[in-house]
Order: sequence, then C-alpha cells, then structure tokens
Amino acid sequence: MNLLPVYPVAGLILWTAVCVALYRYPRAQTMVTALALLSAWGAALVLLLTVTRHGPVALFVGNWPAPYGITFVADRLSTLMTTTALTVTLCVFAYTTFSSEQALIRHGFYPAMLAMTGGVCGAFLTGDLFNLYVWFEVLLMGSFALIALGGGRKQLEGALKYVAINLVSSALFLAGAGILYGSLGTLNMADLAVKMHLQGMPRLSTAVAALFLCAFGIKAALFPFFFWLPASYHTPPAAVNALFGALMTKVGVFAMIRVFTLVFPHETGVTHTLLLILAGFSMLVGAMGAYGQWEIRRVFSFSIIGQIGYVVMGLALDTPLALAGALFFLVHNMIVKTALLLTGGIAERLAGTGDIRRLGGLYAGRPVLAYGYLLCALSLAGVPPLSGFFGKLALIQAGFSGRAWVVTTIAIAASFLSLAYGMKVWIYAFWRPAPADVLDMAPGWRSPRVESAARGMTWSVVALAGLMLLMSVFSGPVMAYCVTTAEGLLDPAEYLRAVLGNGGAAR
Amino acid sequence: MEFGFAIVIGGLYAAGFYMMLRRNIVKFILGLSLLGHGANLLIFTAAGLTRGNAPLTAGSGNMMMADPVPQALILTAIVIGFGVTAFMLVLAGRVSQLSGADNVDALRESEKPTT
Repeated sequence: MNLLPVYPVAGLILWTAVCVALYRYPRAQTMVTALALLSAWGAALVLLLTVTRHGPVALFVGNWPAPYGITFVADRLSTLMTTTALTVTLCVFAYTTFSSEQALIRHGFYPAMLAMTGGVCGAFLTGDLFNLYVWFEVLLMGSFALIALGGGRKQLEGALKYVAINLVSSALFLAGAGILYGSLGTLNMADLAVKMHLQGMPRLSTAVAALFLCAFGIKAALFPFFFWLPASYHTPPAAVNALFGALMTKVGVFAMIRVFTLVFPHETGVTHTLLLILAGFSMLVGAMGAYGQWEIRRVFSFSIIGQIGYVVMGLALDTPLALAGALFFLVHNMIVKTALLLTGGIAERLAGTGDIRRLGGLYAGRPVLAYGYLLCALSLAGVPPLSGFFGKLALIQAGFSGRAWVVTTIAIAASFLSLAYGMKVWIYAFWRPAPADVLDMAPGWRSPRVESAARGMTWSVVALAGLMLLMSVFSGPVMAYCVTTAEGLLDPAEYLRAVLGNGGAAR
Repeated sequence: MEFGFAIVIGGLYAAGFYMMLRRNIVKFILGLSLLGHGANLLIFTAAGLTRGNAPLTAGSGNMMMADPVPQALILTAIVIGFGVTAFMLVLAGRVSQLSGADNVDALRESEKPTT
C-alpha cells in the first residue's frame, strides 16, 4: 500500500504535536517546523511526479475498500494545490524566521501554522466529503489560533468576525453533507459521483448544490459572502495575513471546484449560471474595493475577492480551457498574492505604517524589494508576458467562445482596475520620494536588527517573484499541465477508477 | 416520525438564525450552537430513522439494525462543535473585556478606514 498521499497531512499534524511539546523553546520549534515543512514539501513533490506519470493514487485508510472507509486521493488537481500551498508556506515560514518577531513566535505561531497547513493539505487530498468537513475544521482551528495570536482589540474583533462567519459556513456544509448521505447513502466523493450519475437526486440536488455553494462561497469570500474578509484579514501580523491570503480562500474555491465538477456536474443550468453572476460581481467589487484602500495589506487583502471571482468564472464556464485558465490563475495567484502581502509587511517593519500616504522612497532605498513588488503587481494585473496574463488570457478566450459577453467584459475591466491599484501603491509607496516626516528608506538609517530582518524578509519576496517568473517562462508546460488536469476534472474516469476500481469505470 | 423531526429541525434552524441576528455576542454564540444541533439532527433524520438494534454488537447478526454512519458523523460533529464553541466563548469574553461592550454593532475597530 502506498502511504505517500497521507504523509503531507499526517506528517504535518504529528510535527505540530512535537512543536507544541517544545512550546518554551522557540529555536527548537524553528528547526522542527523547517524539517516538517521541507519533508511534507518533498513528499508532495514526489506525489506530483508520481501522479503526473501514473495517474491518480488512492489510499484506503485502514484498508477498508472505497465506499466504506475513508479514502485519500491524490489526483493532478490535489497534488498541484498541495505542492503550491507548501511552497508558499515555506516562503512565509522563511519570512517569519527572518522577521524575528519574538512575540509572534513565542505565542505559538509555528505550531498553529503547521496545524493549519496540515488541515489545508488534508482538505486537498481527501476523497471523502465528510472528511473534507473535518479537515476544514482542523484548518479553521489552526487559523483561529493564528488570527487571534497575541492580538489587541482590533485584531480580536477581526478574529471574532472571522470565527463567527466560518462556523456558520461549516454548519451549512454539515447540513449539505447530511442530506447527501441521506439521499445517496455514501459520502465518498467518487461513489457520490457515480450514484449521482446513475440515480440522481430529483428535487433535492439543486437545493443541496446551493447549500454547498453558500458554504464554500463564504469560505472563498465570493461576492455576497465576502464582508468578513476586509474586516479581518488585515488585522493580524503580515505573516499570518499572507498565509491566509495564500491558503484560506483558496481552499474554499478548491472545494467548490472539486464538488461542482465531481458531485454536481449536471447542475449546470442553475448553479453555474448563478456562479457566473457571482463571479462577475466578485471581480468588480474586489477590484473597486481594493482601489479604495490606503494600506498596502488592505489593498491586497480586498483584491483577493476579485481574484476568487476569476477562478469561479473559469469554474462556471465549465469548459476545459476555462477550467485550465482558472487553475493556472489559482496557482499564480497563491504565489503572487503572498509576495504582495509580505511586501506590505516589510514596508510596515521599515516605516512603522502600511499607509501608503505616509510611505515613500522605497524604490530609491530598497531597489530589490521594489522590483519584486513591481513584477508581482504587474503579474497580478495580467500584464504580458508575466504569469497572470496567461491565466486571464485563457479565461477571457473561454469566456468569449462561451458567449458570456458581460462577465468577460467585466473580467477585462477589472484587470485594468487591478493595474490601477497596483500602480497606486507603486507610485505612493515606492516611486515618489519619502515624505519629510519619514526616515529615509535607504539602508543604514535603522537599527542593525531591523536592517538584517528586512534583508532576510526581502529574500522571501524575491523567491516568490522568482517563482512567478519561472511560471511565466514555463507557462507553456504549466498551462499544458492545467489543461490535462481540467480535462481530468470534466471527465473523471481515471479518478473514479483509482478510487473504486473497475466498477467506477462503468460510468 | 420523520415529520415530527422535520418540524423540530425547522424550529432549531429558525431559532438559531433568529438568535444569530441579535446584536448580543453571547446570543450569537447560542444561535450558532442551535444551528449546529439542527444540522446534527438533520443528518440523523435524513439518513433514515430505523427502529432496530444497536449496530455492530454481538447480538445484532441478521436483525434489523440502525445505520452506524450517521451516528459516527454526528459524534464527530458534536465533538468539533464543542471545541469551536469553547474557543469562540473565550474569544468573545476577551473581546468584550477589551471593547467594554457585548454588542456586535460596537465592534467597528477593525473596519475603520485608515485616516
């Protein structure tokens, strides 16, 4: 039996326990966390290569065959997401280590981060709907700890809103899973797909699909459910903000892709039209809201809503090209968003504020950081030849060939808006000279502690920008991978065979 | 039997949402737990109410027995719900200590625009 699919999950959870045991020894915690993340990352990479070469791998926990026990399934989508998530987490980990924010680390940042990342990997790799709920709770518990870490009034108020809305979403998800089990007698996603195809759920399936849409929409901060995000994401320290921006909403949108391509592929009439409308509003609201903000991290937190809109647009169009564009955009967004939020954190560390009206001179003083930011901001807006362009190109092409004129026009308009807010931050914080009351941004004006922290933290941004550039240069192969993944999502015969054996292939 | 349960579940959901729309944080948390109970009972009812023996015991051989899966699901959900409710109560206690209010309308600190 191949135990590999469960390692990123079980490994991270076990290392969390070790980390908690070392609660009073931050230095040892750092080592343990590095070891845990690197080994999980290595396992995810091996898994990615295996799955690319030999197709989906299923692991039956306790050796119970598919519909009876809990199944872990590594297919192209889940391994792609796991690998990207762990890569980004490694960068955030490096950032935190360099930032030497002792208060954050002493309050248990590392174990909470490991628990959350383990939960995220579990959500990506599980093949069981109820198990997905459990992993959602695991990652939420980790994120609850992270968002409340050592916070003052502002942060705890943000945390309360975040916790409250996520628990409502979990209750909806639980109800949806319960109704599905009641109607079809299974919770294994592959088995659900087969049963849904063979017997269906007359009258109930649209209602259940709507429940899942609300539950995952809340987690993904999709249009009418996004209000909690701008109220909470910017309140914790930058490292937590970046981790959330990279992972949390993306897990929601991943669950949406998984459930709507595998379990409810025949609901295109109602839910996919609804998804398309919500995607259009999300893109518009996210871009406009981001433009109205004045703090770097608030700008790029608000813009998450818009980028979730692009991914959901790809899901709603429901063609291989659209889904491939959505997946490409999702991976690109996880990388770029983290880099931009971390840049906000570095600016805050240097100047004591993230408000761009009080910032300036970062380009003159910190050219490396400035180029990292510029490349990522341009890529986020979709300027060719950077990675964001290829994802948006595929989405817009698919939109026009799917005759979704309005949404595609909105997607293009929102891209211009995202260029506008990226450049707004660039002009205020980087391009213009520092205001008179702000210390010069050039090295040498701050304490050696802050200087060495800033230098180290910049490396994470540079690494992420480098990853983005790699993705742009190799956009051909990456897009080809995404297209194959999308085709696998729309015709899940391989997935079903891996989980159910040849009985699943009868579909 | 199912009909009675459906009424109860509907009542729990209605009461839960009503409580969540109140402005008091504690009432919100109570509403959330009612919602959780509603969801648990929904799983129990949707999976079918069987009048039979306990599942997987020595005597239950060929006799009619209850489906163990929904029971396992509900047990998991109850445990998780217990944990998150405890966390949320502590968080709410701390927030009301810091802000001096138990009214959600007073929690505007994190949404204020930067001036």
